[in-house]
Amino acid sequence: MTEDVKAPVIFAKDLNLVFQTNDGPVQALKDVNLSIERGDFVSFIGPSGCGKTTFLRCIAALEHPTSGTLTVNSIPPEEARKARSYGYVFQAAGLYPWRTIAGNVKLPLEIMGYTKAEQDARVEKVLSLVDLQGFAKKFPWQLSGGMQQRASIARALAFDADILLMDEPFGALDEIVRDRLNEELLKLWARTGKTIGFVTHSIPEAVYLSTKIVVMSPRPGRITDVIESTLPKDRPLDIRDSAEFLKIAHRVREGLRAGHAYD
Amino acid sequence: MRSILPILAVLSAIIALWYGAAVLLNKQWTYDQAARAGVTVTTAQMLADTMMQERPVLPAPHQVAKGLWDGFTGQKITSKKSLVLHSWITFSATMAGFGLGTAAGILLAVGIVHSRAMDMSVMPWAIASQTIPILAIAPMVIVVLASLGIKGLIPKAIIAAYLSFFPVLVGMVKGLRAPDAMQLDLLRTYNASGAETFWKLRLPSSMPYLFASLKVGVAAALVGTIVAELPAGASQGLGARLLSGSYYGQTIQIWSALFAAAILAAGLVLIVGLIEGRVLKRMGMVR
Repeated sequence: MTEDVKAPVIFAKDLNLVFQTNDGPVQALKDVNLSIERGDFVSFIGPSGCGKTTFLRCIAALEHPTSGTLTVNSIPPEEARKARSYGYVFQAAGLYPWRTIAGNVKLPLEIMGYTKAEQDARVEKVLSLVDLQGFAKKFPWQLSGGMQQRASIARALAFDADILLMDEPFGALDEIVRDRLNEELLKLWARTGKTIGFVTHSIPEAVYLSTKIVVMSPRPGRITDVIESTLPKDRPLDIRDSAEFLKIAHRVREGLRAGHAYD
Repeated sequence: MRSILPILAVLSAIIALWYGAAVLLNKQWTYDQAARAGVTVTTAQMLADTMMQERPVLPAPHQVAKGLWDGFTGQKITSKKSLVLHSWITFSATMAGFGLGTAAGILLAVGIVHSRAMDMSVMPWAIASQTIPILAIAPMVIVVLASLGIKGLIPKAIIAAYLSFFPVLVGMVKGLRAPDAMQLDLLRTYNASGAETFWKLRLPSSMPYLFASLKVGVAAALVGTIVAELPAGASQGLGARLLSGSYYGQTIQIWSALFAAAILAAGLVLIVGLIEGRVLKRMGMVR
């Protein structure tokens, strides 16, 4: 493993994915080249149909590229999935209504064969990580949407995956809750040191969170710009009023616009 | 309790209609008897007579109520006239058939959800099985099994199962397929096996569907049992009670047996509903 430390966690070269639909083939990803380093917080931003979710699903081995190379932790995504190397957070919390919050967080742990004691210890740890102590015995419907999404993040953190893939996890939440969760996510990332892939269509969200912003555009889905953020790692919410922040946001917007002009 | 008023209103309207129909249908016999005896009857006498005939075309509600009361409380439980005995015979066959049908329905549904081949091959037959009138099948099953020496509860249970497996099958196929793509993807990210997906996701998701089907299934099992009791010349069970009543023109007996069956069905559906409430509440799926 030691020689792998410098190797990119996620590496894509000339990645293509074509969906065969009833209306003919659709190029969901075209010639995607990307390298994500350990500890990166990478946002994928673009309009719908740009392939950002598809790319995340390729990393998770939920979709399979038609051509090109893709490795996760230096192994093919399918093997990485089997090795349970990532936690995935979906757009909806998707908690099981028949399980309590603790029961939901335990779900992956049960499947992965952790002992009862270990399960309880981990549930307690990750619930406090997402600030949900005291809600372990509640059922999902007793929690607000934001709390449910935090519980689903806890579920993805419960096992020892060093990659966290998040597909518009805060997309269905209002802006106030979203701001708070963004702040908490940054703290969580700082504390756990995970590599995070984050799909969004909010420019402020992408700029605020990321060390690297991947701007994508549709038809065919492709990367138009990769921006390395110059913001410091420690980011209070009001960093979003700084000139630096606005400069990066402007570049993202330009990238998105350029993608559209191609149409 | 504001709903009590409309319920009572509907109930009294039904009873009033029933009394009216009893008068209309029974008066001919009263007039015929009077003509034969060479006497004339006043309207008041006719009305009174239509309420108390021994073999009315349509028994009045109070006659059926009395028949039910006598049948349930006025007889020794072992008596051939006891509705407790007949209800018990029908109930036990219904339960056996319901259990059998539910098990078959669930097992077939599990197979259909997990195997495309079974989906293609079993489902059409399951649907076809329900298009055949049960009245046509029941006598054949009973005759064939009787020739093999199988009599009593088992043939009735098989016919009850034949009717009750179908709603359970359809409900469970729907229920086991209820989890959406996202929930299935989530388990794939954990590299969960098919068995884990079944026990942890598909089966719990199907519970509300299962109970909805069980309510239909238990009522269907009762109908199947009663139909199975008709052709065999069985001497016990609500179906046999219906049949012997119709042989001898004992309309009150027929109606009493019918109501006993209806009460039994309502009770069974109610019990399934209560179990549903408790199970779903324990699962946290009822708020």
